Amino acid sequence: MATATAPGASSPLVGSRARRRREAWIARAFFAAALVSVFITAFIILTVFEQAVEFLLKIDLSQLVAPGWFPRRGMFDIATLLLGTLMVTMIAMLIAGPIGILSAIYLSEYASPRVRGTVKPILEILAGIPSVVLGFFALTFINPTIVQTLVPGAKGFNLAAAAIAVGILTIPLVATISEDSMKAVPQSLREASYGLGARRVTTATRVVLPAAVSGIVASIILGVSRAVGETMVVAIAAGASGGSLRSVNPFEPGQTMTAAMAALATGSDQVTGDSAAFQSLFFVGLLLFVITLFLNVVGDAFVRRVREAY
Amino acid sequence: MAGSSNPSVTTVAVQRALAGHGPDWRGIIFALLLLGSIVATLAILVFLLIDQLSRGLPVYQERGLDFLTSGLSSNPANAGISQGIVGSIVIGILVSLICFPLGILTAVYLEEYAPDNRLTRFININIRNLAGVPSIVYGLLGLTVFVAFFAFLGFPNNGRNIIAGALTLTALILPIVIITSAEALRAVPRTLREGGYGVGASRWQVTSRLVLPAARSGILTGTILALARALGETAPLLLAGAILGTFSSPGGLESLLTGPYTVLPMTVYDWARKPQEEFRALTSAAIIALLVITLFFNTLAILLRNRYQKQW
Repeated sequence: MATATAPGASSPLVGSRARRRREAWIARAFFAAALVSVFITAFIILTVFEQAVEFLLKIDLSQLVAPGWFPRRGMFDIATLLLGTLMVTMIAMLIAGPIGILSAIYLSEYASPRVRGTVKPILEILAGIPSVVLGFFALTFINPTIVQTLVPGAKGFNLAAAAIAVGILTIPLVATISEDSMKAVPQSLREASYGLGARRVTTATRVVLPAAVSGIVASIILGVSRAVGETMVVAIAAGASGGSLRSVNPFEPGQTMTAAMAALATGSDQVTGDSAAFQSLFFVGLLLFVITLFLNVVGDAFVRRVREAY
Repeated sequence: MAGSSNPSVTTVAVQRALAGHGPDWRGIIFALLLLGSIVATLAILVFLLIDQLSRGLPVYQERGLDFLTSGLSSNPANAGISQGIVGSIVIGILVSLICFPLGILTAVYLEEYAPDNRLTRFININIRNLAGVPSIVYGLLGLTVFVAFFAFLGFPNNGRNIIAGALTLTALILPIVIITSAEALRAVPRTLREGGYGVGASRWQVTSRLVLPAARSGILTGTILALARALGETAPLLLAGAILGTFSSPGGLESLLTGPYTVLPMTVYDWARKPQEEFRALTSAAIIALLVITLFFNTLAILLRNRYQKQW
């Protein structure tokens, strides 16, 4: 900005000194606001990391392998939580993946503008439903009418019912990102396909889908990240708030990483202070943060590939 | 599907098209599958609403306004959601006051002021990643930074007050506000800015008188959606000090801001865990109130956007 003219010489193009000073202050205020988000990240990483390390120093590392996750009894079997998270995420994505992608194909390739104009807002409404609501719905509707009918031995609280509700919550996210990437496929590709006499189904599955594959992969990865981070649905519908044994049966009560964190903050004996149980909260939180950060970075890279391709 | 053998695909397609037409069963089945999945999605929403209404509405018929004005209680006959409603309103106002200016300022900086250098790119990437951090992790931030700060200053209730809760939710939705506002600013055409600079306006004048008014509806839509998200969040406040269970509020502004608090989704969570059958109906009634609030803001945002979409 600085020019070689004499200082203070107010050429009409530079503006008065007062005006330039004011502009500089405004720019600094904006910059300060932008730094807040950096501070938030720094605070999250520093505090969570510090407490997680303290937790690891406090416990005997053999406590990380136990028959189950019972933080108040000093059993911190992280595999229990990882297995629970894996089960919930897989079942959720078995629902959200196909339904989300098929809905996206419908909205992008089949629906008339009018139908699209009505259906998309409804999808957004579904995305706006608070997760506590879906948790209660899983507990009082999905489990008794769907899960327990299909699997008679399923418990009143179980991971499968929670996972279905998590899947429902994830559908709008998968559908939106997939649809965006299909919309980004140039019209000329479709026209070339139709010009060769291909039918709509062929155009959709053999031309548009392969062209949009990065975006669809991104929608799945970001959907997984969302499902891994979902808390309240599992906390309400999967029970096991005191802890759970390591298990691979989704029809039993169980915990995910997030639900275990919620459980540590709930209950009559809310853990506080610097007990190991309290600090295990941060250890699980750190794991969760690292896993979702990895998924988001990878998903983001795929989304950007779509943008660069077209 | 693997690999793109386009020539053979198109050859097959051409051959089939030229070979003549029976009914296209594959196409019909595929279309039905697509329709089925979208109908299933919509049906879930309808089911959910009907299910909750049929469980919760009798409570309103029976108790009327009393349910909205009573406080929390372990006795289902006179438990109400007044504290949750008050808490949600206060937290909504606080979050709006703190988060919206901060988020919009950041978006303006990134879109209008920031030089294209490494720091700017870092801030951008950082914000995108923050938007994907699970909400409960923000609860850890709220607990160790905001609640600890108020406790350090000697506030009552160990610093677990509604201001700490609002700051936690602010951190949670700040990235959303920034990203949507930045998108709205990016949609403003360059020519508008160039016109402003052409008549000698400073950067601030161009930003405040031309760009921001032009991006107003887009920014508003994003902030309202973010507010709806904040009002429906439970997990971060669980850690950041909202009360589960009953408490009495003496009233007055001071106890409102520094005393124990709860929000509507927290009440829903609390009641959803109770084993008594009576609380099931109450939970649904509280859910109806929560849905009225969050769906109101969501619908408002969608209507705003559809109305002002594509001005350029």
